[in-house]
Amino acid sequence: MKRAKCIEAIYPELQDKLVVTIMGACAQELYDLGHCENFFYLQHAMGLASSIGLGLALNLPQEKVVVLDGDGSVLMNLGTLTTIARYNPPNLVHIIFDNGSLLSTGGFASHTTSGITDLAAIARGAGVQNVAAVSTPMDFIAAAADAFENDGYSVIVAKVEATGPDHFGMDLKLPENAFRFERYIKERKQMRTKLHN
Amino acid sequence: MTVSRDNSLAVYQGIKDAGIRFITALPETWLVYLLQLAEDDPDMTLIEVAKEEEAIGIAAGAHFAGQPNLLLMQNHGFLAAINGIVSLAMLYRVPLCMLIAHRGHMGEPYPWHTQGGIVTEPVLRALNIPFDYARDHQTVARQIKEAYTYSLSSLSPVALMLSRDLMED
Ligand SMILES: Cc1ncc(C[n+]2csc(CCOP(=O)(O)OP(=O)(O)O)c2C)c(N)n1
Repeated sequence: MKRAKCIEAIYPELQDKLVVTIMGACAQELYDLGHCENFFYLQHAMGLASSIGLGLALNLPQEKVVVLDGDGSVLMNLGTLTTIARYNPPNLVHIIFDNGSLLSTGGFASHTTSGITDLAAIARGAGVQNVAAVSTPMDFIAAAADAFENDGYSVIVAKVEATGPDHFGMDLKLPENAFRFERYIKERKQMRTKLHN
Repeated sequence: MTVSRDNSLAVYQGIKDAGIRFITALPETWLVYLLQLAEDDPDMTLIEVAKEEEAIGIAAGAHFAGQPNLLLMQNHGFLAAINGIVSLAMLYRVPLCMLIAHRGHMGEPYPWHTQGGIVTEPVLRALNIPFDYARDHQTVARQIKEAYTYSLSSLSPVALMLSRDLMED
């Protein structure tokens, strides 16, 4: 299973959600499908995509937040799973693409390559109630649909091949991405209040 | 050493007066009353992290969500959070208001705090993070408000160091 194909399969579903991705290959694969104002690409700080997702989810209970994470990034901030499990935001979907590789930085094997380390088991051990481990596109799509549909912090560990795009680059400066993402959220909030009144 | 209950209350009142309703923190002795106050306050959300670097991500998410927020940690937690501060907050121009218990400086009896105490200010300077020391319960509320305001206007991390004079009786 390829991550790019997984992201493509859920891309239509991402339109009405807030999406935070990790750096490099994953960010590029999402961007190449077409940038949307509700996408935030965390291009460097490894491990913190999930923490940003938690900060968003806790403060925007009416939004669904989706984090597209990687094995290397999660391994750098394993504590995040325990923190998110503790506060258990019902509107956070945490997809970890486990390619067993530090792909965006030369493809070195990560600790999950060996098969000894099992991220889904770690998530369960951290106290996450909804954990799915998938390795086929059908299972991935079903797990994602389930997580998008239902309330509850869910972690989906998707085993994918260690392949990525053959090019990197975005027509989007990093602070510009942050400013526009913040503005998009603000405008959505304003729209919701208007609709409500 | 006893932590000052009264001055902790002054700090907490300052946090509330600044309009903050969301705190991300990692516990530390000097913060004990502050965290209790936050926990008991139905108008405040307190998120405790496993490691301070997480708090930088959570604060960024809260900022994107339009939620006035700040961080509470000790200086060793600040040191543990530096890549997040640099590669998320500074890189993306996300404001951060950090209240940092400045352990390990003048008067510190515990050896384990001292190296962190010594390097904290030089590291803040190296990172170009504006900082100030809070020493007086009468001015700390204003300093918190000013630090918060400045983080928003400068789109930068700002640190207010909670000193021994303020946090201990
Ligand atoms: C603190 C830190 N150390 C090292 C790097 C270099 N680096 C960039 S991408 C990356 C690998 C990311 O791995 P993963 O999250 O699994 O995503 P993948 O690239 O495999 O899609 C590394 C180690 C970094 N960005 N930050």
